[in-house]
Amino acid sequence: MNLRTGTGGSIDRNTLLHFTFDGRAYTGHPGDTLASALLANGVHEIGSSVKLGRPRGVVAAGSEDSTSLVQVEAPFSEPMLLATTVELHDGLRARGLAGQGRLAAEPDPARYDAKHEHCDVLVVGAGPAGLVAALTAARSGARVVLVDEQNQAGGALLGVDEYLDDRPSAEWVADVVAELKSTPGVLVLERTTAFGMYQDGFVLALQKRTDHLGFAAPAGVARQRVWRIRTRQTVLATGAHERPVVFPDNDRPGIMLASSARTFLHRYGVLPGSRAVVFTTNDSAYCAAIDLAESGVDIALVVDARPEAPARLAAECAARGIEVRAGQVVTGTEGSGRVSAVHVGDTRIACDALLVSGGWNPVVSLFSQARGKLRYDAELGAFVPGGELSTVRVAGSATGELDLTACACQGRDAGLLAAAAAGFTSGGQVPLPASDSRCTARSGLVLWRVPGDDDASFVDLQRDSTVADVLRATGAGLRSLEHVKRYTTIGTAHDQGKTSGMIAAGIVAEALGVELAEQRPTTFRPPYTSVSFAALAGRDRGDLHDPVRVTAIHPWHVAHGALFEDVGQWKRPWYYPRAGEDLHTAVLRECRATRESVGMMDGSTLGKIDVQGRDAGKFLDMLYTNMMSTLKVGRIRYGVMCGVDGMVIDDGTVIRVGEERYLVTTTTGNAAKILDWMEEWLQTEWPHLDVHCTSVTEHWATIPLVGPRSRDVLAAVAPGLDVSNEAFEFMTWHDTEVAGVPARVCRISFSGELAYEINVTAWHGVAVWEALMAAGEPYGITPYGTETMHVLRAEKGYPIIGQETDATVTPQDLGMSWAVSKKKPDFIGKRSFARAENNRTDRKQLVGLLPADPGVLLPEGSQIVETDRLPEPPVRMLGHVTSSYPSAALGRTFALALVRSGHERIGETLYVPVEDSLVPVTVTESVLYDKEGARRDG
Amino acid sequence: MQLIPCPWCGPREEAEFHYGGQAHVAYPEDPSALTDEEWARYVFFRDNPSGPFAERWSHNAGCRRWFNAVRDTRTHDLLAVYRVGEPMPEVTA
Repeated sequence: MNLRTGTGGSIDRNTLLHFTFDGRAYTGHPGDTLASALLANGVHEIGSSVKLGRPRGVVAAGSEDSTSLVQVEAPFSEPMLLATTVELHDGLRARGLAGQGRLAAEPDPARYDAKHEHCDVLVVGAGPAGLVAALTAARSGARVVLVDEQNQAGGALLGVDEYLDDRPSAEWVADVVAELKSTPGVLVLERTTAFGMYQDGFVLALQKRTDHLGFAAPAGVARQRVWRIRTRQTVLATGAHERPVVFPDNDRPGIMLASSARTFLHRYGVLPGSRAVVFTTNDSAYCAAIDLAESGVDIALVVDARPEAPARLAAECAARGIEVRAGQVVTGTEGSGRVSAVHVGDTRIACDALLVSGGWNPVVSLFSQARGKLRYDAELGAFVPGGELSTVRVAGSATGELDLTACACQGRDAGLLAAAAAGFTSGGQVPLPASDSRCTARSGLVLWRVPGDDDASFVDLQRDSTVADVLRATGAGLRSLEHVKRYTTIGTAHDQGKTSGMIAAGIVAEALGVELAEQRPTTFRPPYTSVSFAALAGRDRGDLHDPVRVTAIHPWHVAHGALFEDVGQWKRPWYYPRAGEDLHTAVLRECRATRESVGMMDGSTLGKIDVQGRDAGKFLDMLYTNMMSTLKVGRIRYGVMCGVDGMVIDDGTVIRVGEERYLVTTTTGNAAKILDWMEEWLQTEWPHLDVHCTSVTEHWATIPLVGPRSRDVLAAVAPGLDVSNEAFEFMTWHDTEVAGVPARVCRISFSGELAYEINVTAWHGVAVWEALMAAGEPYGITPYGTETMHVLRAEKGYPIIGQETDATVTPQDLGMSWAVSKKKPDFIGKRSFARAENNRTDRKQLVGLLPADPGVLLPEGSQIVETDRLPEPPVRMLGHVTSSYPSAALGRTFALALVRSGHERIGETLYVPVEDSLVPVTVTESVLYDKEGARRDG
Repeated sequence: MQLIPCPWCGPREEAEFHYGGQAHVAYPEDPSALTDEEWARYVFFRDNPSGPFAERWSHNAGCRRWFNAVRDTRTHDLLAVYRVGEPMPEVTA
């Protein structure tokens, strides 16, 4: 069936576009949407509904439609698009959906991006009000951005054939747009939907840049762009949506909003059917009836719910042979798939289209998002902007005004005021256009629904939510619209309340017997129309998703087959597998080599903060639990930091570089947090202290050289350094040359072995690393990664902050009372150590666990219980496993754990539920290897 | 995306800032002199008014300075910003 008119519409009839829908081939024209092209081909049934599987068609012509859901399959698979917003292009392949689509399995090859824009006046909507507002503001010299959802300006004018100032409205629109585009400082964005309005004039808009080009979209041009607009003033000229009336079986394909049918006619040259019934509560649908009748549609009947039809329009209908029945309503429909008949009382009228108008809802979404107050307009039967906002003005039918000249006048006023508020007061008057429209939508009747079968009376067609659902909600005691919305899901998904929200509010008010003016409308939230995650992600995908930090030595690790672990944004070598090795065997080898001979790792990611100033020692005394001011230049001390609540937040070493200079190290993941922590105290509590902190993490390449042969290796590359135990004591540092470059060598150990930490400038990192590898070759030097580091330190019971600890663990819980000063009068956290809570004997404390079966590896995170059989729930949990590894040095598995009264339980047997069994474990001290510390000095 | 007027840099987007909780909660002169309850009030208890609230902010991704702001917790409007050490200005919500 061909429902394309012979002439008219802004489509290019000389060009044919081929597309397929549900596997069948069709043609359309440039300028069509998928919906208009399907309707032109007589396809009204697009898909089916999500819950009930009822057929669904096209209800509206634009983004207020919520039923024409399609999956575009080519050029690229994209689910849940509205056929009314998909511009037709050659080769488009789509299919209708049963309420749900599916995401593409393959990555989207298109590019998406974002752009920032700043302006004085943002105008949303390029209908008559928005165009006049933009032009007025532009003529005042303000920087203006005009965004509009459609592919051409005009707004409601696109859907009518009216004249402005005695010429086609398109000419007036074209003149205004031409002037705007030629005005410096004015940006006109088509196909751009402002979908979110936030504080301080921040508006997000989605521009569809190449969607309409389909396969011809140029590569390298972002398909969609999110505009991040920051504006001083905003004029919302967002228009109004026609509202349906709910009646039994109101959801069949072929039932459409009257103004949308008129839009399909005038914009696309498409008829909604061959024989239509019009059901209205106001004047505006008469225009649709008359225009369609003049285009050849048989208007079987106009049903006007008002007691009397408007005389002039009724006469115009009579002149065209259209019957008008006033005081009646549509009480039901028939049809298998598409509507085939309409019931008006006892009369059955055969038809293939039913065009409905229940009045107009101003589009107040963005105004509401901007925290504008809404007010119920009883004459209009809709919520309208009801309060002033200092930076947001509303103009045109978004205010409830429906007369074109009055809308344009509001646009002019809003444009003037917005420009003036932004500081632009010069500018000429923009003349207001006058329309020859025969209809206004005032003097309508507010009618939410026609009583009947509530289960077949649909309020939200996409959600299959009916009048019965609303009444069920109010019957269950829900009184607020927000609650009813959540209970029924009405106004969620694509609709976002555009067509269903007002009706649902009306039905709720009727059911509760309250005035709508007393009801608080639901809050509109972004996005106004659906926005894909791909667009929001923009360029921040894949490698650009998050910064990746690599050390100076990273290329060597890559070249030598390291596998990497993400630690914050850092890529750290995890382990270096040899052929045939898995994590387990590689780590056992790395551990054994390090404990028996020598290993080394890249420790460059360790946070390093240079702390300088007269009061640096005093400052660090307050931050660390132990004393730092007494540390001698040349020496190193391990320190723990707590919050004011006495809980451990970080640990690391402190090197005294000079009288007024320390180098503080932090855990890799906490580097930024600890620098912030220092700044916070310095700036907010102790601004009188002379201390300056700066991050030097990336300035240094840091290489721990670990194991009994580390001294030999260091001696080979640092000939100027006396590496003897007497000359180079534990917890001291020396500046020297390593492999011919300046280096700072610290004798610290995170493994219990004799170890040196070699620090050189990042620039020399690879060279020094390679020199150490070469010097260590006779000893089988073995590079190791974070996993081996973790095992080695765990064997020594050294906690990792963030693994052994959460925010509830004190130094005492970790068995580190030795690191807590008794002498200092105060430091951060000290007072909390005296709290009753901190002194409970049943606090969770760090201990070691040895499974009875030395081959059983406890999963990290496992709970620990007291008995060998689980009692009835609730089961008392004693704690959990924080670290667990197989150990080459111990020849068995072991774990660290936080256990209630753990220090008192040493020697006890506890149980760890692993899958279906309870694994017996012996509680031990946390130090499991070399308890005497005999290996430290080599 | 709210704009926060950093007293050093001027208005910048909120993503550049880090929130620091209630302002004017000074670290006690001598914590050891406090009772457990007084100390707990310092550590754990903060006001939660509906209306103007003096709080600390840090311009973390900018000048990295801490400053104070009075925010109306009902609207998020920032009624005043001022530098650390300055008294809280009088505001009308």
